[in-house]
Amino acid sequence: MIREVDVSEITKNIREMCISVNYELSDDMKQVLGEAHEKEESPLGKQILGELQKNLDIAKNDQIPICQDTGMAVIFLEIGQDVHLIGGSLEDAVNEGVRQGYTDGYLRKSVVSDPIIRKNTGDNTPAIIHEKIVPGDKIRIKVAPKGFGSENMSRVFMLKPAQGLDGVKEAILTAVNDAGPNACPPMVIGVGIGGDFEKCAEMAKEALTREVGVHSDVDWAAQLEEEMLAKINDLGIGPAGLGGTVTALAVNVNTYPTHIAGLPVAVNICCHVNRHLVREV
Amino acid sequence: MEKHIQLPITAEIADSLNAGDFVYLSGQMYVARDAAHKRLMELIEKNEKLPIDINDCTIYYMGPSPAREGRPIGSAGPTTASRMDKYAPTLLDLGEKAMVGKGKRTKEVLDAVVRDHAVYFAAIGGAGALLSQCIKKSEVIAYEDLGAEAIRLITVEDFPVIVVADDHGNNLYATAQAQYKR
Repeated sequence: MIREVDVSEITKNIREMCISVNYELSDDMKQVLGEAHEKEESPLGKQILGELQKNLDIAKNDQIPICQDTGMAVIFLEIGQDVHLIGGSLEDAVNEGVRQGYTDGYLRKSVVSDPIIRKNTGDNTPAIIHEKIVPGDKIRIKVAPKGFGSENMSRVFMLKPAQGLDGVKEAILTAVNDAGPNACPPMVIGVGIGGDFEKCAEMAKEALTREVGVHSDVDWAAQLEEEMLAKINDLGIGPAGLGGTVTALAVNVNTYPTHIAGLPVAVNICCHVNRHLVREV
Repeated sequence: MEKHIQLPITAEIADSLNAGDFVYLSGQMYVARDAAHKRLMELIEKNEKLPIDINDCTIYYMGPSPAREGRPIGSAGPTTASRMDKYAPTLLDLGEKAMVGKGKRTKEVLDAVVRDHAVYFAAIGGAGALLSQCIKKSEVIAYEDLGAEAIRLITVEDFPVIVVADDHGNNLYATAQAQYKR
């Protein structure tokens, strides 16, 4: 049975989601930041984590963005194959939602139309849109604006199969240690292992949107998440990079089959303002 | 050590600061980031007049979100300072005394901090809502066409920062991480 969905529904939802995701973090992020404040051993680090909690309260109460870098709008769409979209172009509808959200929500316009000429588009479009066709007659919309302080510190490593799991661990630690204070720690680390060059990067980005505290259903990947979180916290970078025992809040790993000749690893770093929101239409 | 400082920061004040000090700044400072720095450098290269008074000035690396009605500014946390590394030594040599941002700096910038009796402060990255409350006034004074990247003159009250690099050659990022590394 085909279900018709007008693309204006998509616009309306994305507008609202862009605004609320920038004013308030999801419960999982709020909880893990609270736990970090309890755990941190450095007095300065503890003070900074306390300020970050105050920052979240002010943002919510005053309806002001948590961070001035309200990001480039990354949108994941899972579109049921029994949905028939009517009323116009889907991509235009998504961008219209971003345009309205960033304008009406007093969010910063951080997108330039050309990477070299660098003229601001004035409305934060276009978004980065990832579409997947899935069974069913629903559309799942995930909005995850990404700031570039942490994005700039992200890396792709094309490892050799012989480097194995040890090589993966070294790659993750290298990326996080190099990121240091630049990526606004405490960070959330999204890791994509396998696939090819672009698949691992997309997996790493999507891993950031997984609820913090939920582990991979692949056994070795779930173990890797726990081990890497401990190792990253042993680096000593700490809150704001000013030293401490909490450098990361979570490590989320996604995996995919790969080629006999390769072991691609992407490390997508996110700051403590790890924004993600999901709705189903 | 906790200190309250009235801007502008002079060489004498910079000399009195040490990496790790928690400082509350009050007074006026400029706001500029990538695109504005690029334009300032172009003027310097052409020997033309700058739209800011560079002498003893403090520059905050920041691009705010838009202000709601009745507010001076939107969310206003620091941006990554390393993107200004290319320009900072020249500006410091010309008289800039303090930089506010977040993240590591190059050796060239740290050397200029020592040479010019200046200071590099970190503000807490990602605390834009909290920091906006310390900004009492904001005015675009140059490059309005750059939007969030325009140069602003802001008035702050008890704006919290931490001394990362002082003019005695200390760098808190290096020493603090080593202290907690296991």
